[in-house]
Amino acid sequence: MCLAVPGRVVEIEERDGTRMAVVDFGGVVKDVCLEYLPDLAVGEYAIVHVGFALQRLDEESARKTLELFNELGLLQEEFGDPWEAAAGAGAAAKEVQQ
Amino acid sequence: MKYLEEFRDPELARRLLDDIRATVTRPWALMEVCGGQTHTIIRHGIDQLLPEGVELIHGPGCPVCVTPLEVIDKALEIASRPGVIFCSFGDMLRVPGTDRDLFRVRGEGGDVRVVYSPLDALRIAQQNPDREVVFFGIGFETTAPPNAMTVYQARKLGIRNFSLLVSHVRVPPAIEAIMTSPDCRVQGFLAAGHVCSVMGVDEYPELAERHRVPIVVTGFEPLDILEGIRRTVRQLERGEHTVENAYQRAVRPEGNPAAKAMLADVFEVTDRAWRGIGVIPQSGWRLSPRYRDQDAEHRFQVSGITTVEPAECRSGEVLQGLLKPNQCEAFGTTCTPRNPLGATMVSSEGACAAYYLYRRLGLPAAPPPARSLPVVPLEASPVA
Repeated sequence: MCLAVPGRVVEIEERDGTRMAVVDFGGVVKDVCLEYLPDLAVGEYAIVHVGFALQRLDEESARKTLELFNELGLLQEEFGDPWEAAAGAGAAAKEVQQ
Repeated sequence: MKYLEEFRDPELARRLLDDIRATVTRPWALMEVCGGQTHTIIRHGIDQLLPEGVELIHGPGCPVCVTPLEVIDKALEIASRPGVIFCSFGDMLRVPGTDRDLFRVRGEGGDVRVVYSPLDALRIAQQNPDREVVFFGIGFETTAPPNAMTVYQARKLGIRNFSLLVSHVRVPPAIEAIMTSPDCRVQGFLAAGHVCSVMGVDEYPELAERHRVPIVVTGFEPLDILEGIRRTVRQLERGEHTVENAYQRAVRPEGNPAAKAMLADVFEVTDRAWRGIGVIPQSGWRLSPRYRDQDAEHRFQVSGITTVEPAECRSGEVLQGLLKPNQCEAFGTTCTPRNPLGATMVSSEGACAAYYLYRRLGLPAAPPPARSLPVVPLEASPVA
């Protein structure tokens, strides 16, 4: 959860009186709150952190940053299955202890 | 120069490095504040490409790492209570408390759930009106506004079974603490880009002036880091100490005013303990009086839990830049990402994990770098 990840707005709607968007992070799609960037439009890019759009970003920067975060394994960490990762780490720790 | 060809634009990287070499006439110690920057630096060997004498010191900018053991123990206590649904980001699952972690609490029957966003935890509260839903609110200025909005929304929607266990921290007081430490060697800062995306740069000029230290707002790309270093050493060589924004594509001087306004409404500044470091004055947020009834620490009466941190883990020194991870005796032996002593090793953004993952300095074989999801080019995405 540490890093904000760039994504592109695909759809926008009001939900429970809150401005929400569907955002595409290089193939992974998530619901994102737009209350902090209410004038963000479909097709635009933003830095998104824990489900909130925090700042606009241009397309080229967004794509480069996504590639970097993918190389560093940070997208898997952000969007992968955390239980699986934690279970894997736990099993490995047991092996080490034995 | 063995790492240079791995840069996306090796030629530009070479030019930046040449410029840094031409600028530097004496040793300088710079601190990168953010754990994400630390990983870029270690992964791309940036610290090894720099001219001799230019040293990068890894800063405290990993929220998981700086969350005190005491707060983890409070989280574990609350998560163990019957009737509680405890929601957290996934990277807190394996952070060790005194005798267990959230993963184990779940194995023992606790209802621990992982969410992507704090709003997911609010939805869980809506769907389970007969349960108490607690969200583990850790993180810096990038995470605090989402959590603030969630508390605000809970109030607005009348959701009374939602509370926040708060352990939010702020970067500028950490910089202040580092600069006033008698052991401080830091002469310039690469400030954390995404924190500044939210907060802007208003808090930094006074710090730069008072400590006569250049602060350059820096992004996360390898070339961003090199540019941040280039600008910082250029200031140092000229005897300057100003704030520069080298991450303009994501940082506006004013930050995000809506997020800052929500922060000011929901939270108030308070003293906060940092793991391994101790209390730094004015370095955190707690819920403001208006929202205090949504504070899980009060609702579950866990304020009395106090924990002394073990001496074996030296993460506090690592977080202050006083010790390199591989200088710790436990590093790579009794402390590994799979069997961590402290949070700097368990968090993938921690400096210890970065050193371990990228096999620094005579380590035993490390696991391969984290698995990767395929990145679909954005313009070719099916949801375009």
